[in-house]
Amino acid sequence: MATYTLISSNVLSSTAGSVTFSAIPSSYTDLEVRFSGRTNDTSWAAYCWVTLNGATTNFSETALVGNGSTASSNRDSASSSWYQVRINGNNSTASTYGNASIYIPSYTASQNKPVSITSTNEGNSSTAGQIVMTATAALWSNTAAVTSITLDATTGGTLWMSGSSFYLYGISNA
Amino acid sequence: MATTYEKIASTTLGSASSAITFSSIASSWTDLRLVIIGTAAAANYVTLNLNSDTGANYSQTILYGNGTGAYTFNQTGDTYMWPNTLGWSTTIPQLITFDLFSYAGSTYKTALVTASGERNLGNANQQVSTSVSLWQNTAAITSVSIGAQGANISIGSTATLYGIKAA
Repeated sequence: MATYTLISSNVLSSTAGSVTFSAIPSSYTDLEVRFSGRTNDTSWAAYCWVTLNGATTNFSETALVGNGSTASSNRDSASSSWYQVRINGNNSTASTYGNASIYIPSYTASQNKPVSITSTNEGNSSTAGQIVMTATAALWSNTAAVTSITLDATTGGTLWMSGSSFYLYGISNA
Repeated sequence: MATTYEKIASTTLGSASSAITFSSIASSWTDLRLVIIGTAAAANYVTLNLNSDTGANYSQTILYGNGTGAYTFNQTGDTYMWPNTLGWSTTIPQLITFDLFSYAGSTYKTALVTASGERNLGNANQQVSTSVSLWQNTAAITSVSIGAQGANISIGSTATLYGIKAA
């Protein structure tokens, strides 16, 4: 088996509230989602909400955040999703899309799931707060195998914009 | 075409062990990537030694957040690479990655390190970190050894070494 394999992709040709990768096979060791996204939120730095298996409980995260002016850290415990994923909102420079990576190791193991998330909405602005980059330690306190991943914009009342592209890779150590 | 991203070796501990070591690493790739997910018997630092070198030849600059603040510091004269001040958890798996660049070259060896130590505690006893480490040695890296400062790494912990090829 190849080490790094594209499982599924979704390039939006119209707006969408959320993107879900479902029926993820258990044949890999780790998963990685990489995406380029922009929402119609009236901001520079919009949010993406991430859930696994359709669950709405037991998500927690600790994030390191830089905005070109200050560095800070925040956390959420026992939340309904992870949301320290920052991508471009519709006030940002035209044709710019935020980038994010979500790495899920040992996704079929019967243990709590630690996850690494990085994101940025770089858009050629020198105004503090308009550009945000994040590095996040996330945890889903659930021992079930991960079978679906949802990247949602509607929690913020927004939609993914056309041109946003999402890719799910499987990584095998077999 | 050569394979760009390839597994070199992988270990899932069937019993607790004081170290996970990958040795006899060939020089066939350009970079190495080490992915670790696991726990240990004590909350000691996650450590990485190269070529069995335990001398004071390692240094690092670490940037981390604990949900309360963002911090950075550097260390010189260390006897290993280490990703954060959090250390291993005895119960919640932590994800750590080491990217070792140009590992077979004849310059000092640099690593980009990330660690995701979220524990759903609601306090500052958890961290996300990114850091750079340096091994002041010009030898090609032929072995990597993950440790817990003398404590055992727990059963079920997994480490995988990947080779990344530019040519």
